[in-house]
Amino acid sequence: MANQATLSSSNKDLWAGGTEPFKASYGKLMMWFFLISDAFTFSAFLIAYGVIRFRHPGYEGSLSDFSFSQSYWPVPEKVFEAFPFFHGVELPLVFVGLMTFILILSSVTMVLAVEAGHRMDRQAVEKWMIWTIFGGLVFLGCQAWEWSHFIHGTDAGSKLLDGSMIYGANLQLNQYGPPDFAAFFFFITGFHGFHVFSGVALNFLIFYQATVGILERRGHYEMVEKVGLYWHFVDLVWVFVFTFFYLV
Amino acid sequence: MIEPEISTIKPEPADKSKIWKIWKVAIILGLVTAAEFYVALQFPESWKSFKIFLFIGMTFVKAGYIVAEFMHLAHEQKSLMWTILIPTVFVVWLLGALFIQADAIYQAIYF
Repeated sequence: MANQATLSSSNKDLWAGGTEPFKASYGKLMMWFFLISDAFTFSAFLIAYGVIRFRHPGYEGSLSDFSFSQSYWPVPEKVFEAFPFFHGVELPLVFVGLMTFILILSSVTMVLAVEAGHRMDRQAVEKWMIWTIFGGLVFLGCQAWEWSHFIHGTDAGSKLLDGSMIYGANLQLNQYGPPDFAAFFFFITGFHGFHVFSGVALNFLIFYQATVGILERRGHYEMVEKVGLYWHFVDLVWVFVFTFFYLV
Repeated sequence: MIEPEISTIKPEPADKSKIWKIWKVAIILGLVTAAEFYVALQFPESWKSFKIFLFIGMTFVKAGYIVAEFMHLAHEQKSLMWTILIPTVFVVWLLGALFIQADAIYQAIYF
């Protein structure tokens, strides 16, 4: 009898929500599960990119003779070589590299905000959140420039199979290579950019809540941690996009 | 209406070694990214597959540091860590299945 009583009371505790699975709070656990599903979405995008790339012939010749053509997949470092205010100068991958550093740095300031939250240091949380938001906004600005340049194209343009010229890119045609190339650029970097945008919005919300003292009155800064998980995930996805879209 | 208030809570002092650890991870991430650039621009074109191998390796080093340290997964319960990591096996499956498919499409179109 005694045994039974113990069992039923402990069962009641379990189902009443008194325990935390994995010793992680509800919010953090659900954020992790959301991120796993989001990781699947991005994997599907990147794998689809790989599939479409492999079903097109690659460029065979040497890099110095490379020219854009509809009949093979372009070499990314020949497509992404522009930098603001350096018109016509070939700077392969420098701009995306800069964007990568900016996003990594804003991830670092986010960790510092989380660390400050553990110490209940409101001022430090505000400071590091502001830097994180700033990093996110700069990244979005860079991406806007990158898209604008991609859409408008280069001075030289390239010749389509029917002999007409095309400059830049849209969802049907582009000067860089097969139509799918631009479609994937827009989809993958656009979907990631939208994540950055919503990350900045969430970061701003947390910054606001910290500033007016909501989080302090709540007694903990766990919201910073949860939104931080999302923000690091955005950085993580960019690491993969950078490799598989720009480097390989 | 929420009114801004003056904080009455005195923050705990920062632990210097903890902050240094965060920056150490940041420096590693920066160095690996710099190494990726070096490989992309300085290694000869003919080493294509070796370069791709290096890129993917370095990507996983960076992803590992971000997930383990920044997202703190290495310091959570081991069961939580595996709950998050094991499902990503399905990504490998999708990758394998679709790349075989892609090669078949390529063969069908061009040969």
